[in-house]
Amino acid sequence: MFLINCPFCGEREQSEFKAGGEAHIVRPKQPTELSDDEWAEYLFMRKNIKGIQFERWNHVHGCRKWFNMVRDTSNDQIKAVYKMGEKPPVK
Amino acid sequence: MLNNLRFKTSKFIDETYRVSFKFNNKTYFGFKGDTLASALLANGIHLVGRSFKYHRPRGIMTSGSEEPNAIIQLHNNSSRTEPNVRATEVEIYEGLVASSQNCWPSVNFDIGGINNLLSPILPAGFYYKTFMWPASFWEKYEYFIRKSAGLGKSPKVADPDIYEHKYIHCDVLVIGAGISGIMAAKMAAKNGFKTLLVDEKSYLGGSSIYDNSEFSKINNQITSSWLEKEINEISKLENLEIKTRTSVAAFHGYNFLLARENITDHLPINQRENKVRQRLLKIRAKKVITATGSIERPLIFDNNDRPGILLSSAIKKYIDLYGVACGENNILFTNNDTAYETAMSLIQRGIKINAIVDNREQIDSKISYEVEKNNIKIYKGYTVVDTYGYRRINKISIMKLSKDGQTVIGDKTNLNCDCLGVSGGWTPAVHLFTQSGGKLKFREEDQVFIPNVYPSDQISIGSCNGDFGLEEIIKNTLSSIKKFLDIDNSEYKTVETISGLNQSKRNIWLLPSNKSIGKTKSFVDYQNDATAKDIKLALREGFRSIEHVKRYTTTGMGTDQGKLGNMHALGIISETAGTKMGEHGTTTFRPPYTPLTFGTIVGRNVGEFFDIFRRTPVHDWHVANNAKFENVGQWKRAWYYPKDNENMHLAVQRESKAARDSAGILDASTLGKIDIQGTDASEFLNRVYTNAWSKLAVGKCRYGLMLNEDGMVYDDGVTTRLGENHYIMTTTTGGAANVLGKLEDYLQTEWPELDVYLSSVTDHYATISVCGPNSKKIVSKVIPDLDLSDEKFPHMSFKNAKIDNIKCRVMRISFTGEHSYEINIQANFGKSVWEKCMEAGKDFNITPYGTETMHLLRAEKGFIIVGQDTDATLTPIDLQMDWIVSKKKYDFIGKRSLYRSDTIREDRKQLVGLLTENPKEVLEEGAQIVADIKKSPIEMLGHVTSSYYSPNLKKSIALGVVKGGKNMLGQKLIIPMENKNINVTVADPVFLDKEGERLNAKL
Ligand SMILES: [Zn+2]
Repeated sequence: MFLINCPFCGEREQSEFKAGGEAHIVRPKQPTELSDDEWAEYLFMRKNIKGIQFERWNHVHGCRKWFNMVRDTSNDQIKAVYKMGEKPPVK
Repeated sequence: MLNNLRFKTSKFIDETYRVSFKFNNKTYFGFKGDTLASALLANGIHLVGRSFKYHRPRGIMTSGSEEPNAIIQLHNNSSRTEPNVRATEVEIYEGLVASSQNCWPSVNFDIGGINNLLSPILPAGFYYKTFMWPASFWEKYEYFIRKSAGLGKSPKVADPDIYEHKYIHCDVLVIGAGISGIMAAKMAAKNGFKTLLVDEKSYLGGSSIYDNSEFSKINNQITSSWLEKEINEISKLENLEIKTRTSVAAFHGYNFLLARENITDHLPINQRENKVRQRLLKIRAKKVITATGSIERPLIFDNNDRPGILLSSAIKKYIDLYGVACGENNILFTNNDTAYETAMSLIQRGIKINAIVDNREQIDSKISYEVEKNNIKIYKGYTVVDTYGYRRINKISIMKLSKDGQTVIGDKTNLNCDCLGVSGGWTPAVHLFTQSGGKLKFREEDQVFIPNVYPSDQISIGSCNGDFGLEEIIKNTLSSIKKFLDIDNSEYKTVETISGLNQSKRNIWLLPSNKSIGKTKSFVDYQNDATAKDIKLALREGFRSIEHVKRYTTTGMGTDQGKLGNMHALGIISETAGTKMGEHGTTTFRPPYTPLTFGTIVGRNVGEFFDIFRRTPVHDWHVANNAKFENVGQWKRAWYYPKDNENMHLAVQRESKAARDSAGILDASTLGKIDIQGTDASEFLNRVYTNAWSKLAVGKCRYGLMLNEDGMVYDDGVTTRLGENHYIMTTTTGGAANVLGKLEDYLQTEWPELDVYLSSVTDHYATISVCGPNSKKIVSKVIPDLDLSDEKFPHMSFKNAKIDNIKCRVMRISFTGEHSYEINIQANFGKSVWEKCMEAGKDFNITPYGTETMHLLRAEKGFIIVGQDTDATLTPIDLQMDWIVSKKKYDFIGKRSLYRSDTIREDRKQLVGLLTENPKEVLEEGAQIVADIKKSPIEMLGHVTSSYYSPNLKKSIALGVVKGGKNMLGQKLIIPMENKNINVTVADPVFLDKEGERLNAKL
């Protein structure tokens, strides 16, 4: 079970958190301008990387804040956590 | 000598404390300090069970948690009965009762033994190949297979014991209190680390604590004496917590470990009262030191499973620790020096050793010379080819090994014995390391897998790291712990070791025989009766992956997870397939390391704490008034209130009729409530609901539908504008938490610019809904100051009010189609307001109704229930709710998806009403809907989602989803049931009062 360093609360156990899928997918500002294919790309297409992955997490049983996490899915090591809107600290 | 098998021993057995126990209905005696296994052996009992498949007699094989054979059922026929317990781990206590788990009908006579004679036709995969066909016969086979297969019995009544969970946080966790674990714990604790040391056994020191041999010394002291002083020293350290009888079950990522601490299992039953039996420790350690030691390997030869055949290290432990001789005429069979330590222990006690059979041609160690000096015949370069004796070994045959070790040569020699100790070298106990995600490497010289890549801040030391010699263990423990903990002071100045052992070994995974492999029974997995022949057969049949061979032959799939034989299985596979050992990897070791009781896993979460439920503020009234309850999410909701001998149908018919004829009252407190505030609250609602919100006046309510971004209906409910920048949203009971989560998600991640704040207030308010033609009269009695006139308080509006000076919110909204009021009041006043309403409604036959009647009333009106009539594949258009989807709004969640090529299809499933040809016939919810039953296969058009008998319409009504249903009004369809086909007509989903006359009637 991970120990996750919530950017608002500090280190907490994984059971307090909920994973929210791939990070940095911005909801289109003008959905009506998009073709079916473009909308489907936003709606359905998600990466499932073995290795470094950027993810959204929610401290659902804590401060209720969403934040981003960089995780190596091959060994579950958390490389970084950062607030929504902040630039990813590692590439 | 106390009897011919029991020898006086120093400190581990208390000969003054006799303990009586029962095994297989016979009473025996042992001493305090014995395990069930040592006490049985002291009584000359080796045969303790039958094997799983062939029902061969099996004896105690080991002295620890790796035991494959001595699996017993504890506390027969009592509430405490427990299967799958290893006799080698049970400490005896006065009154212990145990029996062999696998011995039906008895340990000495068995029906299944016939399988042994039939074994030529019981090869690997036999059960898969035979009993699975024909499929319908499985149930018949299963009865006999299960009955004779030695699966334990679970208790029939509730577990009377108490269990608990405990969190432990430490700097350093040391697993295993053998010589390296003790040293590591001392170094850690003395250097300021908060340290926890755990060991599965009742004593500290591992196997070194009974190593009294002159052939292994530390600083010129006998190993056991040196170690005793160390233990004495660490037990006084403040920084160190020591837990014995504590077995680490699982090693997860981020150094999170689970361990089971046994607290009372070794005590007589009457001393266990009111004590916690076992504790599940949830350990978070900054650093983990694994010192779990190693497990001795057996040797694989024909008939290597007879009672009386034990691991050589087990024989040594039984004599040195428990003072018990496993036999009077012993033979040791080995491929390394370990067996000579056992020999020395036996020699010291004067126990007879008939011979030592050693695979090696050259044996060059001090200890072996010493054994030879005692006139013990050593057969060098020999192997055992067969054993004899049914319930106990009585003879072995040996032959000379060829130079390459692949065949046997010369003549057979027979040797008598009543006990055979085997040693195939040692396998590092890397189970926990691999559970944690660690990667192993294969060491060719001595054919062992050892830790290679650590996934977290941890280290393996001692023999679980592949260090087998005493000097190596001590030297490497000191240097790696210093490095691991980054400390200068090791607490040990010079540690000089002397060892008479040599690490040479002649490893042959499957020993050759003078018989063809097909005629041998060389067991690799004792618990599951998998033989070398089975593994070879699996390879012949094309299985290559170790995971596949494991499942096909069931090697390693018993409760012991193949702790003894997995390595041999791998070895035989690579030898047969001509591949390199390291390439196959190992099978996966899964937690728990040894079986856990269910009690330990659930801890205190039993009874009403198993799955906690939420009660509404009015709950006690419902209970007092005979309500039946329904689970909705975690909530207990009143389902219906049967009167006299009413069944559910009758109660619901009565409640439904009363609600429309006069007055009904519903506890709606479970509906989710989200308080929304902020200057952008209206804009926020515009974005999350399908309809428009900007123009909703303060004091007005509006029904809203929420979609997922894929356009499918997600939740619905009424939202009220309490103030300019203040709304209260209601959600479905089950959806409340998810809706809040979703709203927070959009607010925080997509629209952080919006000034909006959300709070869940579901539990803060009780919600009481009073409906029906007399609702107005009732509410006016409860809240006399409130003007209920249609002009002042029209449908879909809200008023602040007071009941007995307590503030409340009253909404005139309706889920039944009747004139109704919803009173929201601070939760702790909920029950008294409910009672006030009941009192005020006395003259109007006010009738409490539950969720079932609520569902019926709304179905009459064709109102959907999200999650019952919808299933995440329906858009509002599919639900014929086009009216609630704003055409004007530029965007809202899910809007773009409403005109994807898939969502605009005409033949999507759409919500319709269904009327049965026979108005008395009530459809089954979930039933399939078809048009043509002659077609093959029949095309499924949809299914029934809601169905009731309506007492107000005096006919059966139903809602369903049907492909292209929107355009099928009036069309006949068929509901095919098991015994009949029901004819239905597609109808308008609104069955009652389509014009809303009841809602707007002047009361
Ligand atoms: Zn937090």
